[in-house]
Amino acid sequence: MSVLLNKDSRIIVQGITGKTGLFHAMGCRDYGSKVVGGVTPGRGGQTVEGFPVWDSVTDAVKKENANVSMIFVPPFGAADSILESIDAGVELIVCITEGIPVLDMLKVKEFLNKTNHRRKTAGQNMIRLIGPNCPGIITPGQAKVGIMPGYIHKVGSVGIVSRSGTLTYEAVHQTSELGMGQSTCIGIGGDPVKGMEFIDCLELFNNDAGTESIVMIGEIGGTAEEDAAAWVKKNCKKPVVGFIAGRTAPPGRRMGHAGAIISGGSGTADSKMAAMTAAGIRVAPSPAEMGSTLKALLAERGGRA
Amino acid sequence: MKIHEYQAKELFRNAGVAVPRGIPCFSVKEAVEAAGTLAAQGVKAFVVKAQIHAGGRGKGGGVKIAKTREDVEPLAKQIFGMTLVTHQTGPEGKLVKRLFIEEATPPKREMYLSLILDRDRGCVSVLASSEGGMEIEELAHTNPEKILTLPVDPSTGWQAYHSRKLTSFLGLSLDPKSPGNLAGQLHTFMDKLYAMFVAKDCSILEINPLAIIGEGESSKIIALDGKINFDDNALKRHPDVASMLDPDEEDAAELEAAKWDLNFISLYGNIGCMVNGAGLAMATMDIIKHYGGDPANFLDVGGGATAEKVREAFKIITKDKKVKAIFVNIFGGIMKCDTIAEGVIAATKEVGLKVPLVVRLEGTNVAKGREMLEKSGLAIISASSMSDGAQKAVKAMKEGL
Repeated sequence: MSVLLNKDSRIIVQGITGKTGLFHAMGCRDYGSKVVGGVTPGRGGQTVEGFPVWDSVTDAVKKENANVSMIFVPPFGAADSILESIDAGVELIVCITEGIPVLDMLKVKEFLNKTNHRRKTAGQNMIRLIGPNCPGIITPGQAKVGIMPGYIHKVGSVGIVSRSGTLTYEAVHQTSELGMGQSTCIGIGGDPVKGMEFIDCLELFNNDAGTESIVMIGEIGGTAEEDAAAWVKKNCKKPVVGFIAGRTAPPGRRMGHAGAIISGGSGTADSKMAAMTAAGIRVAPSPAEMGSTLKALLAERGGRA
Repeated sequence: MKIHEYQAKELFRNAGVAVPRGIPCFSVKEAVEAAGTLAAQGVKAFVVKAQIHAGGRGKGGGVKIAKTREDVEPLAKQIFGMTLVTHQTGPEGKLVKRLFIEEATPPKREMYLSLILDRDRGCVSVLASSEGGMEIEELAHTNPEKILTLPVDPSTGWQAYHSRKLTSFLGLSLDPKSPGNLAGQLHTFMDKLYAMFVAKDCSILEINPLAIIGEGESSKIIALDGKINFDDNALKRHPDVASMLDPDEEDAAELEAAKWDLNFISLYGNIGCMVNGAGLAMATMDIIKHYGGDPANFLDVGGGATAEKVREAFKIITKDKKVKAIFVNIFGGIMKCDTIAEGVIAATKEVGLKVPLVVRLEGTNVAKGREMLEKSGLAIISASSMSDGAQKAVKAMKEGL
């Protein structure tokens, strides 16, 4: 079992004729994902590395029955690409692009919310956006839609959700090394305004029969981790391990991710860790101990690792 | 990116938002000339303002009133070249290299206004208070009821009803026939300010104080100060804003890093860090601290870095005299470990290796990367994991080469 993505997902790549887009389209296909084509306006009808190229997302959805889109369009065009996918009704949109202006993302979020509201009334599935500025999503052994190194993952039952790319790899590596694999790993991205939040992912993991425990990796800035902790306390039946990066970050500075700024005393690592602990989430004392903390927690609970 | 007050006010003026007349100056001589120019326009009294990015300039002695044109020169001499210390500059202070000579506009009333990109609400929110000149964070803590928060729906933008809410909250009359029609003025002010905020991709804009000047029919709403932060992601589509960057306000190492598209921030410790990924870079700083060390910097070389970029990153770290040990922590995904090795070897060949270097490599092409480092003959301390690396870096920092 898994969430959002499985071996049957039909994936297209927006920006497939760019160097990065093509490289990762091939990487995902090599991993076993069903990459059914790509979109580059004006290049419709061509083929690159065996991938059919379409002029628009609507064309790709119609011809290839695509239900997942992975976006590698440069920052100033990426918001438009997300909007196009929402408009075409693609149910899972994964935007890898880093550096999209925040005001562009506000419009995307607004349109996504309105569209989902309409779809809900019509009894249709919700459209999910992962990212931007994220490594993507992977269901080990089935499919990957993103830029993560596939081989460090192992089929298993740990659900991982994270705001950071490489720190997710660290958690994956640690859990794999300790003999625990992953059900699905979702990198929600480091931007302040984004698609799926922690709570959306936790809810999916909580309801997924294939996920037995959860690792949640946050960062300084914003209050998403505090909100997620409150949600876990109220709703989550599964053991959760947490980590927050940026304990030692100076206030007011942007630490690489646009979202990672502490301001006015809120969004600090300490307040996030306190909220997690209060919610029954076991906080890993260091980034090197996410896997071992989970293993110890599962042993205490008598669960299967 | 941050800009100076005079630059913010130039953007305000161009957008049609009311500000006092003023001229930026880069020397005392220019300040004297500026006073002359303003005097010719009928200005009688002046304000001489130090232009640095930090707040609290008035309290630090960086803002003075010149009652006459003749008073401008001695005040400019006093402020220009001074090291201004405020609660935001740190104890070392900041050298004043730019002045702003402005017409003095004594406020009848001072208020507070800011626009922020509100990540929680997913919109631009306007914050206002009838208490001007105060630190808004402090006011939010002590008297939250004195702050109005107005979230603005991105699809409607600023509307007249927003202005009416704001006008009433500030205790001003909504009657268009009231003296000076301040309600009408405030609406124009806000409408234009909001449009500018969106058009220029601002992230924070603060006017403290927003003032009412003049009497009766000649009452005016005017921005007496201005601070703007911009969304760095959007700078490339605003070359006019990007050109306002003042290199004197930026850290030299950070500017050099920006040239190479590296995410770099100088810190106070002595263990230099080179990491891929912002989250892992922050976590690396955390784990160094966890084992009793102090990071000298935050450095994310990014996902798709070339060996050349890695070499430059390494050079920036080694240039820092505080650095007593270096910890390279890489989890290669897109970033290949052999690329990191190549960059590190090239940099050490160019600038030498004067402090201990601890390297932890994991992920894509790790075997190749490790082999390259071993064969390089460099005195590299290799680490098997992130915690092993952090402990070795702290130990090496204490013991030296």
